[in-house]
Amino acid sequence: MAISLRIRKRQTPLKLQSGLVLAGALVLSLALSALLLKLQGKPAGQAMLVIFQGAFGSLWALEDSLIKAVPIFLCSLGVAVAFRLQIWNIGAEGQYALGAVGASWVALSFPSLPWYLLQPLMLAAASVTGGLWGLIPAVLKLRMRTNEIIVTLMLNYIAILFLDYLVYGPWKDPRSFGFPMTRQFDTAAVVSKIGESNLNWGILVCVAAGVIFWIFFRFTRYGYEIKAGGENIRAARYARIPYDYLVMLVMVLSGALAGWAGFLEVSATVNRLEPSIMVGYGYTAIVVAWLARLNPLFIGVASLLLAGLRVGVEQLQLDFQVPAAFGQIMEGLILLTVLAGGFFVNYRFYLGKKD
Amino acid sequence: MDGFTISLLAAAVQSGTPILYATLGEILTEKSGILNLGVEGIMMVGALAAFLTALTTGSPALGFAVGGLAGALLAGVHAAVCLGFQGNQVVSGLALTILGTGLANFLGTPFVGKSGPGFTALPIPGLADLPLLGPIFFRQDVLVYLSYLAVPLLWLFLRNTRWGLDLRSVGENPAAAAANGLNVVGWRWIGTMAGGFLTGLGGAYLSLAYTHLWTNGLSAGRGWIAVALVIFAFWRAERAMLGAYLFGGVMAFQLRLQAAGTHLPSSLLLMLPYALTVIVLVLASWRQMRSAMPAGLGINIEPPD
Repeated sequence: MAISLRIRKRQTPLKLQSGLVLAGALVLSLALSALLLKLQGKPAGQAMLVIFQGAFGSLWALEDSLIKAVPIFLCSLGVAVAFRLQIWNIGAEGQYALGAVGASWVALSFPSLPWYLLQPLMLAAASVTGGLWGLIPAVLKLRMRTNEIIVTLMLNYIAILFLDYLVYGPWKDPRSFGFPMTRQFDTAAVVSKIGESNLNWGILVCVAAGVIFWIFFRFTRYGYEIKAGGENIRAARYARIPYDYLVMLVMVLSGALAGWAGFLEVSATVNRLEPSIMVGYGYTAIVVAWLARLNPLFIGVASLLLAGLRVGVEQLQLDFQVPAAFGQIMEGLILLTVLAGGFFVNYRFYLGKKD
Repeated sequence: MDGFTISLLAAAVQSGTPILYATLGEILTEKSGILNLGVEGIMMVGALAAFLTALTTGSPALGFAVGGLAGALLAGVHAAVCLGFQGNQVVSGLALTILGTGLANFLGTPFVGKSGPGFTALPIPGLADLPLLGPIFFRQDVLVYLSYLAVPLLWLFLRNTRWGLDLRSVGENPAAAAANGLNVVGWRWIGTMAGGFLTGLGGAYLSLAYTHLWTNGLSAGRGWIAVALVIFAFWRAERAMLGAYLFGGVMAFQLRLQAAGTHLPSSLLLMLPYALTVIVLVLASWRQMRSAMPAGLGINIEPPD
């Protein structure tokens, strides 16, 4: 009989230490990223400082990070709704694209409407197009038992290509000198800025969405049923929870939220529809949702952090000629280390006899 | 058959080959009970590792092998997170795709547009002159011929060997396999890394034989198509071959339409393979694919007390 290190699942996951584990995982992923830069012959420590300062070091940088956090936050809230039912919606990127398309269609079609009619209409159109794009994989999953991961992912490619088709073809601005973009939106279609800052009122949409999310899961029956269904599908079905209906509901909500992100991006940030709005916010949103454990407040914090990472890496690109893909590497590493770190929260270690 | 159709079918085999390698890899992985959604990232890393090796050593063959090894290594990360740390397999796979794509684009940026040594067509004497089959199947490069061998080998391994049976039983019913004295975690490590090796070869094919040059984002969703094809193929190697060539055909067809200067916008044509993936999944589900899925797929096993 030998004494060896054994592990056992904890009855209840650790609460206090989980923050510590998260911090440890983040530090590890930063260290690995720095190591990669070092191997490339770049000044690693300085680079990390540039990322941080580029993201949060000045008012301008902080504003930029906040602006980029908006679409990430809304997309992430969306995927979190679906993840709570254990529906793996990887399609935020495509739902965001279609939301942008829907909002742009309204902006380009009804230019004479006043802003207080036009903007709610754009938001509604984005909810419908994004929501329907989310509904397709839900219906296919329920009717045809297809895997929603792959379907949502394929729909991403299709949505992005559809956006390309529009801005290269029928919606192209004849005065754009050949660039693939629609004409600039009229001011009535542009969500205005807050006072003198670069921020826009889209942030208010985020706060509202976050609060509604929280109320929905805390106080409503559907919210409760979604959580119950996500924890144990079998028991939920036994308790007559309308699982099929919930799957469609979460996917529509998920798609609509991503659609809102698309609306705000074309309206408030870019002021037109163009392919450059597709920068992978929908994928970052998945990382954020998982890091934040599907909690809306934490999603807010994590969105700001990962948006800051994007802004910081842009600065790094300028200062040290580091390719933009470095940000992706850091995102992947953060997710992997946090995922592995969960082990130390859910299991305990002890020395025991081998039998 | 006219020359256009034959050359299209030959192109279908060529552009289907990277998807075939990746699909075979994912079948092997999933048969052991591990769901690896990092195929896209593994292909990208395999493609870059192969390209850089071939570029620096001048040996495409060495590049091909290194591409596979790099794939196995990245798949090992997935195995470590899921098997070592009980991480969620879906999320870990996604993270792997983000990481792998990022790594390849990051390290590959200085080489964008550079061409390197690679494989070219090598007709097999005799077979190449067969009517119809010759020009379609036997005037390809060595790596395509290798994939012809990989299909029956994987089929035989999974079906007729002791080790194949062990690997499958670990994927079907890990508890029963463990009770029979099998090392479940060990077999799943092997399945994941060997699958990653094959997937890495698929990536290597892209940079060494399909393009001969490096571009960022080279894989362009082929990894995800492979994940879908595993379901279409009911986790069987021979059906994977059929599916991969079907997709290769659509990709080749789409390129030819573009080259022919059709009036259809290219963005709509480019949708074809992705739309087909969805259709294929729907068709596969009609045929009760659930019964073919390894029963233990994607579920982590709790360490015993």
